[in-house]
Amino acid sequence: MLKRSLLSGLALAISLSAAFTAQADNEQYFPLQSYRVGPYAAGGTGFFGGFIDYLKYVNANGGVNGVKLTWSECETEYVVEKGVECYERLKKGLNGAPAAATNPLSVGIAYATLERSTADKLPLITINHGRTDSTDGSVFPYAFPLQLNPYSEVSAIINYIGQQAGGLDQLEGKKIVTLYHGSPYGKETNEVLQTLADKYGFKLTLLEVPHPGNEQQSQWLNIRREKPDWVILRGWGVMNPVALKTAQKVGFPADHIIGNIWSNSEDDAAPAGAAAKGYIAITTHPSGTDFPVLQGIQQQVVAKGNGDLADPKRFGTVYYNLGVVNGILNVEAVRIAQEKFGKQPLTGEQVRWGFEHLKLDDARLKELGALGLVQPLQLSCSDHEGGGAVRFQQWDGSQWKLISDWVQADRALLRPIIEASSHQYAKEKGITPRDCSQDSSDVNRVG
Amino acid sequence: MFYQEAGQFSTRYTQDHRVFRLRQDRYGLSTLLLFAFVAVPYLGNDYWFSAILIPFLVLSLAGLGLNLLTGYAGQLSLGSAAFMAVGAFATYNVELRVPGSPLLLSMALGGGVAALVAVLFGLPSLRIKGFYLLVSTLAAQFFVTWALTRFSWFSNNSASGVISAPRLEISGVDLNSPVGRYLLTLAVVVGLFWLGKNLVCSELGRNWMAVRDMDTAAAVMGIALLKTKLLAFAISGFFLGVAGALWAFTYLGTVEPHGFDLNRSFQILFIIIIGGLGSILGNFLGAAFIVLFPVLLSNLVALLPAGLIDAGQIENLQKMAFGILIIVFLVKEPEGLARLWQKFRERARLWPLRY
Amino acid sequence: MEFFFEVLIGGLLAGVMYALVAIGFVLIYKASGVFNFAQGAMVLFSALTFVSLLERGVPFWLAFVISLTAMVLLAVAVERAVLRPLVNRSPITLFMATLGLSYVIEGFAQALWGAQVHGLELGISDEPLELGGMLLSQFDIFAAVTAALLVLALSLLFNKTRIGLSLRAVADDPLAALAVGIRLQRVWVLVWAVAGFVGLVAGLLWGARLGVQFSLSLVVLKALPVLIIGGFTSISGAIVGGLIIGASEKLAEVYLGPVIGGGIENWFPYVLALLFLLVRPAGLFGERAIERV
Repeated sequence: MLKRSLLSGLALAISLSAAFTAQADNEQYFPLQSYRVGPYAAGGTGFFGGFIDYLKYVNANGGVNGVKLTWSECETEYVVEKGVECYERLKKGLNGAPAAATNPLSVGIAYATLERSTADKLPLITINHGRTDSTDGSVFPYAFPLQLNPYSEVSAIINYIGQQAGGLDQLEGKKIVTLYHGSPYGKETNEVLQTLADKYGFKLTLLEVPHPGNEQQSQWLNIRREKPDWVILRGWGVMNPVALKTAQKVGFPADHIIGNIWSNSEDDAAPAGAAAKGYIAITTHPSGTDFPVLQGIQQQVVAKGNGDLADPKRFGTVYYNLGVVNGILNVEAVRIAQEKFGKQPLTGEQVRWGFEHLKLDDARLKELGALGLVQPLQLSCSDHEGGGAVRFQQWDGSQWKLISDWVQADRALLRPIIEASSHQYAKEKGITPRDCSQDSSDVNRVG
Repeated sequence: MFYQEAGQFSTRYTQDHRVFRLRQDRYGLSTLLLFAFVAVPYLGNDYWFSAILIPFLVLSLAGLGLNLLTGYAGQLSLGSAAFMAVGAFATYNVELRVPGSPLLLSMALGGGVAALVAVLFGLPSLRIKGFYLLVSTLAAQFFVTWALTRFSWFSNNSASGVISAPRLEISGVDLNSPVGRYLLTLAVVVGLFWLGKNLVCSELGRNWMAVRDMDTAAAVMGIALLKTKLLAFAISGFFLGVAGALWAFTYLGTVEPHGFDLNRSFQILFIIIIGGLGSILGNFLGAAFIVLFPVLLSNLVALLPAGLIDAGQIENLQKMAFGILIIVFLVKEPEGLARLWQKFRERARLWPLRY
Repeated sequence: MEFFFEVLIGGLLAGVMYALVAIGFVLIYKASGVFNFAQGAMVLFSALTFVSLLERGVPFWLAFVISLTAMVLLAVAVERAVLRPLVNRSPITLFMATLGLSYVIEGFAQALWGAQVHGLELGISDEPLELGGMLLSQFDIFAAVTAALLVLALSLLFNKTRIGLSLRAVADDPLAALAVGIRLQRVWVLVWAVAGFVGLVAGLLWGARLGVQFSLSLVVLKALPVLIIGGFTSISGAIVGGLIIGASEKLAEVYLGPVIGGGIENWFPYVLALLFLLVRPAGLFGERAIERV
C-alpha cells in the first residue's frame, strides 16, 4: 500500500514537472552537484556558496555578453551514487538552457562521471583536485583539474621546504613525514613523493591514517620517534583538526606541519583551537575580502540580501573564495568560447573549447577584479591544469595570513609521469589520444 | 474471480512441482519479463537506465545474496559490501590479467573468489551465534576495504587505487551504452534470481531454514551444520560478488574501495529487512524502495519554488523521513513489503469475496 | 623501551575514551535488551546542542543542564515511539529500529543546529606532561579521571538507590520485575536518559578532541569490539574491554604497521574481538546464554 502510493506519487511528480517546464531563452545552465549536509558540509556550503554568489554577481552585471546564467542544485551528500544520479538528471540542461560544465568538488564523483562526461561531451571541472593524469587533455578531453593537480601540490610543498632550508640541494639528509588520508585521494601522491625523495635525497616516511581519522595517536607517536623536520598533512575532513590536536599532544610544533589544499581552510584549523596556531598550509588563492571582485559581490549580491551563505561571517573564507575563483574560471571559459561560437547559450563541447583556450594573465585578472586572488593561468589541449603554483599561509589563531609568494611546482619533472599514467589508461580503455599539435593554440605544452 | 486456480489441474508430477503453479502467475511473469527485455529499452531514457533501473537491479541481486545468508540460513552478516568489493576487484583483475576472457566468465570467477572470501570469514559461524556473528562479518568489512587499498596489485598499481571498468563486450556486441548496460544487468540478474529461487526450493534451502529456526534441533535431525552454514556463506558470497562486479562495471564504471563501506552493508541490510527476510520478491521491493525513495523526494522537492526550503535542510528532512519510515515499517509490518504483497495476493484469490 | 610504555599508556587512555561510549550501550542493553546503534547519534546530538548553546553565549553549566534535559526528552520520545510498539520483537528488529532511529536523530541534529564544524574548549590545555622521559597527555588523563568518576557514580546509582535496584531487576528478568510491580516504561525512560547523560559526557570529551561535527557519530564503530570483548551486559567489562582494545590497537599500529602496512587500526580491534569470541563466546564478563531445544 505504501509502495503503491509511492509509485503513484512518483508518476505524479514526473508528469507535473513535465507540465510546468517553461522554456528559458538565452540562458546558460550550470548543474550543481552540491553537498550541504554530511561530514564535509563545511566545505560544500562554502564552495557552492561562493560559486552561486559569483554567478549572481555576473548576472547582476549583464550576464556573459547578455546571456544570463542559471543553475540548480542537487544534493549529493558527497556520496558517489547520488552524484551520478544528479549528473544524469541534470546533464540535459534546465528548461532548454544547455549545461556548460559540472563541478562536483568530489574525487569519487569525478571518477564515476568521468567517462559519462566524455560520452556526453560535458566538461568535468575538478578545480585543485581530481585525477592527476586528467591533466593530459589528449587522453582526457573533458576533464579539467584546474589550477593545481595533486602532483603539483606536493611538488610545490617540497619546493617550499627547500626554500626554507636554503635551497633544494640542502634537502639532502632531511627527514619528511607525509601523513595521508587512507583513501585514493590520500594515496595518489605517494609515488611522486618517493620520486622527489630519490631526486633530492631526503628521507621520506609515509604514514596512513585510516578513514575517518578520529584517532591518530599511534601515527603521531611514530612521528615523535622519527623526529622529522617537516610533516606534510594530506588530510580531509575531521582528520585535519585531530592531526593538529594530536601533534600538540606529542609535542610536535605546529609551524612545521604543512597542510595540502584540502587541509587549508578555517574549518580545518579552528576546531583545533590553540593547537593550530602556527600551522602552515598551501592555497591557490588567499582568503580575505579586499579584492575588487569580492567587494563587488558584497555590494551587489550580499548587501541586497541575496547572498547564498547561511552564516555571513564565512564571506571571504578559503572555501568561499575557492567557489568564487571557480566561478571566475567557469564564466571566463564561457566568455572565451562565446567569442568563437557566438554570444548565445553554448553546448558543453563549445564550452570545452573555451576551457582549453583559457588564458588569464595579470592584465585580464585586473579587469576581472581578481588580481592576487587567482594565479595566472594558461590551459591548452594537452595541459588541462594550467597553473601549478601555490602560496603558503599560516594560521595565527583566528585567520590565515599569507607568508610567501607564488611557489611553482616542478611541472617539467611531473609531466612525464603524468603522461605515462594517462597513456596506460588510454591503452586499457582502447582510446586513441588526440593529436594536440594539430591545435594551433597549443603553444606551451609544459608550464 | 480472476486469480483462481479453478480449472487448472496437474496431469504430471513435474507440473505439480512447478514454482509458479497458477497459469495467471506464469503469464504475469512472462509479460513482465517481456516488458523488461523488449519494451523498456525503447521506452526508457539515459537517466532511467543509468540512475534508476541499473542500481535497482544490482541492489536487488545484492539483497538476494544477503537474504540467502541472513533470511534463509539465519546467519547475520554486515560484511555484504566487502564481498561485493571482492567480487568487483576480482572480476577486474581476471579481465585484466587473463586476456580474452569472456565477460560473463570473468564475472563468474569474480563471484567465485568472493565466495571463497565469504567462506573464510564465515568459519567463525560454527562457534559463534546470533548477534555476535556480526563481529566476524564486520571484521571482514573493514579488513577487505583495507586490503584492497593497501595492496596496489589489486588495482593494477594505479596511484590512487581506483579501478576503472573495462569495455563491456559479449561476443563482439558492444554493451557500453546505457541500454546495453541495462540489458546485461537485467540478463545476469534474471538468471541469478532463477538460480536463487530454485536453490531455496531445494533441499539445501530447506536445510538452511532448519538451521535458521533452531540449529541445535537441525543438528540433532542429521543436517550437517558445517556444510550447510559454509555453503550459505559461499553461495551468498558468490551472489554478492557478482552484484559487486555489476555495480562497478555497469553502474558506476569505476570503483574505489570506500564505495563498498559499512554504509553500503547497512543499505543492503535495510533492503532485506524492508523487503522481507526470507523472500525472493522482497529483494526487488526493498531495492525499489531504497533506490526510488530519495529520488522521489528529490524530484518532489525540485518542484517546490526554489529557495523555499534550504537545499541542505531538505536533505536532513529526507534523512529523518527515511529513518521514521524504517521504524514505521518495523512496527507495522515486520515481515516486510513481501508480506504485504502476499496479503494482497491472498485477497485477490478470493476477490470479489471477502473470505 | 620508554617508547613502548608511551604507546601503551597512550593506548590505555584512548581505550578509556572508547569505553565511555561503550558504557552507554551497556546501560541500554542491560535494561531493555536492545543494542542501541543510535548511541553515536545521541553522542553527536548532545554534543551539538551543548556547543551551539555555548556559542550563543549560554554559560557552561546552564548549557550542560539544558543539553541533559534535551536528552531526557529524547529518551521519553524514544520510549514512546520506538520501544513500546516494538516490545517483544526479535533482537534484529530492535537493532534495525535503532538504526532507523540513528538516521532520525542525526538528521534532526543537523537540521536544528546546522552542519558547521565547532571547536570545543573544555579549558584543559593539552600541553604534554613529562613523566620519566615519556610524554603524557593532560587531556587524556582528565578524560580517564572523568570516566572513573562516571563509573563510580553509576555503580552508586545501581547499588545504593531504589531506582538502581529496579534497574537491576529489569535487567535480570523483565517479566518478574513486571510481576513485582515495577513500571517497565518508567525504567526504560530512566535508562535511556542515563545513557543520554553518559553520551553527553562522552560527546563533550570526544568533541574536545575532534571538534564537534558529523564524524562524532562514527566513534560508535570502535565501541563494538569493546563490547564484544567486555560482554554486552557489564560496565566493568566495558572498561576492561576498552583498555584492551585501546592498548592493542595502538601497539599493533606502531609495531605491526610497518610490517604489513599502515592503517590497520580500523580492522585490528574487530579481528581481536573475533579471536576473543572464538574462545569466550559471551565476552569476558558477559552472561552465557543457555540454549534449549
